[in-house]
Amino acid sequence: MTETNSTQLIRLSAAQLAEKLAAREITSVEVVQAHLDRIAAVDGGERGVNAFLHVNTEEALAVAAEVDAIRAAGGAAAEELHELAGVPIAVKDLIVTIGQPTTAGSKILEGWHSPYDATVVKRLRDAKMPILGKTNLDEFAMGSSTEHSAYGPTRNPWDLDRIPGGSGGGSAAAVAAFEAPLALGTDTGGSIRQPGAVTGTVGVKPTYGSVSRYGAIAMASSLDQIGPVTRTVLDSALLHEVIGGHDPFDSTSLPDPLEDLVAAARLGNVEGMRIGIIKELHGEGYQAGVENRFNDSLELLRQAGAEIVEVSCPNFQYALGAYYLIMPSEASSNLAKFDGVRYGLRVLPEDGPMTIERVMGATRAAGFGDEVKRRIILGTYALSAGYYDAYYGSAQKVRTLVQRDFDAAFTVADVLISPTAPTTAFKLGEKLDDPLAMYLNDVATIPANLAGVPGLSLPGGLADEDGLPVGIQLLAPARQDARLYRVGAVLESLLEVKWGGPLLAQAPSLAASPVVDPAAMLVDAKEAK
Amino acid sequence: MAAINRDDVAHLARLAHIEMSAEELDRMAGELAVIVESVKSVSEAAGDDVPATSHPIPLSNVFREDVVGHTFTADQALSGAPDSDENRFKVPAILDEA
Repeated sequence: MTETNSTQLIRLSAAQLAEKLAAREITSVEVVQAHLDRIAAVDGGERGVNAFLHVNTEEALAVAAEVDAIRAAGGAAAEELHELAGVPIAVKDLIVTIGQPTTAGSKILEGWHSPYDATVVKRLRDAKMPILGKTNLDEFAMGSSTEHSAYGPTRNPWDLDRIPGGSGGGSAAAVAAFEAPLALGTDTGGSIRQPGAVTGTVGVKPTYGSVSRYGAIAMASSLDQIGPVTRTVLDSALLHEVIGGHDPFDSTSLPDPLEDLVAAARLGNVEGMRIGIIKELHGEGYQAGVENRFNDSLELLRQAGAEIVEVSCPNFQYALGAYYLIMPSEASSNLAKFDGVRYGLRVLPEDGPMTIERVMGATRAAGFGDEVKRRIILGTYALSAGYYDAYYGSAQKVRTLVQRDFDAAFTVADVLISPTAPTTAFKLGEKLDDPLAMYLNDVATIPANLAGVPGLSLPGGLADEDGLPVGIQLLAPARQDARLYRVGAVLESLLEVKWGGPLLAQAPSLAASPVVDPAAMLVDAKEAK
Repeated sequence: MAAINRDDVAHLARLAHIEMSAEELDRMAGELAVIVESVKSVSEAAGDDVPATSHPIPLSNVFREDVVGHTFTADQALSGAPDSDENRFKVPAILDEA
């Protein structure tokens, strides 16, 4: 295959790749190799994107070869292949995989291999989608910039000195830098949608319970949700259908399937749909360029025949506070299992008696980073006797109020709309010493997690003042994820007409880095850290 | 609600089994005080008549058939353990008199 072909292959969407694979115009091995070459070219080294913590070269090529052989042989087996068979994908390193390490971005799990696959990973394997590797994240998905990863930050492909969002910055950057056509993320307070916004990609947080959480290392179990990270709305719908559906291994898994998401993405009209602007989620505190691009999208939807209405969600002002009580409370409990006994790191105290309690204390001190410690302490505080009612109890009541705001808003609007994040990507290091400023990134994404409703972020253009991507967030009632794909796909196509192509066509090429062997690259990256 | 101070953080760190240096306790106390202050308004947001929500989409009575399902072998379960002995996790002394 020529170099030009390889460059073209990585720019195709998953839907386009699937079509060409089915028509046998290209092979899966070519597609996987093109992405491995791209990873080798742009991911490693001092100024590399650093989206990947592990590259799964051998297995990905083996799965690709298997798909190619089935297609070449034809017959029933070829007919039965999943639509996305042979299309490669990257997986956030919070999701466990047999045969590859899972670190959760933490030193405490360095070198650990899961003895089981997450349900979503099993479904990728059933669909014969080659897994390219595991992507970087803030430690245990705690952060909005990937700067809290124990393995160094991921860089934003639009500007290598800026953050790619978080916690799923690795998945978003991998997709934005054409290192993978698809990726999986997890979203507890915006960890799929905010990275999507700042990297010019699409990210979806499905309805709580519509995608199994089995095998996603839990941060806050009542908020966590696995979802798609892609470059197009249709690709997210395709991936959502692969990973979604009931799973008996997750007791919060919804028993009934969602409406046809791919059909919704292909519907192509929004005429008569009521789209609600959330009064509290734009304006003051939002960057001017973000606001401008948000208004552009509203205008396009209006022109397409949607009715734009305004809704008020007054209790959203308490959502961030409630989130920063509920999330650490659940996290402090979920992370108690990392105690140096069953898996991962064990650190012995330097002196004094060698008791299990002291080993736990030393292990967790050495294995956890600052942000994880902060949240564990905060959660332990919010759950302690005497404070429980005032903190955790009150936060759970706010959760009810946020749900009521959504219920009221969805009586007058079919879909809600807001900017995904208040600003474009900030500089690496800019907010690292100010946890509260970091938390404010998630102000527009958190309400959906508290209420369990689905949300989608898609690129809305570039901000005038800095030329960086702006995200537009769509929200729908629980179980109505199809509406997000319907409106999202229409808005995306209108915006692409305006831009003359996908937004990512305007991103820097990153092609300057020399091509190196991926295995050598990973060793280099590790040594650099 | 009371502000959070250095002694509180030291106590909480003990409860959470995280050893902290004096410098870490000082820094953490300062950062947590700011965060706790910022979430204070939550306690005034809802009246007594508002019920608590613990789960966004409640499902009740999620049961499965009472049959043996997927289980790990001892080797699988111990595969990531820092230390093991005769099919068991091996830990240091669990009592102080070690």
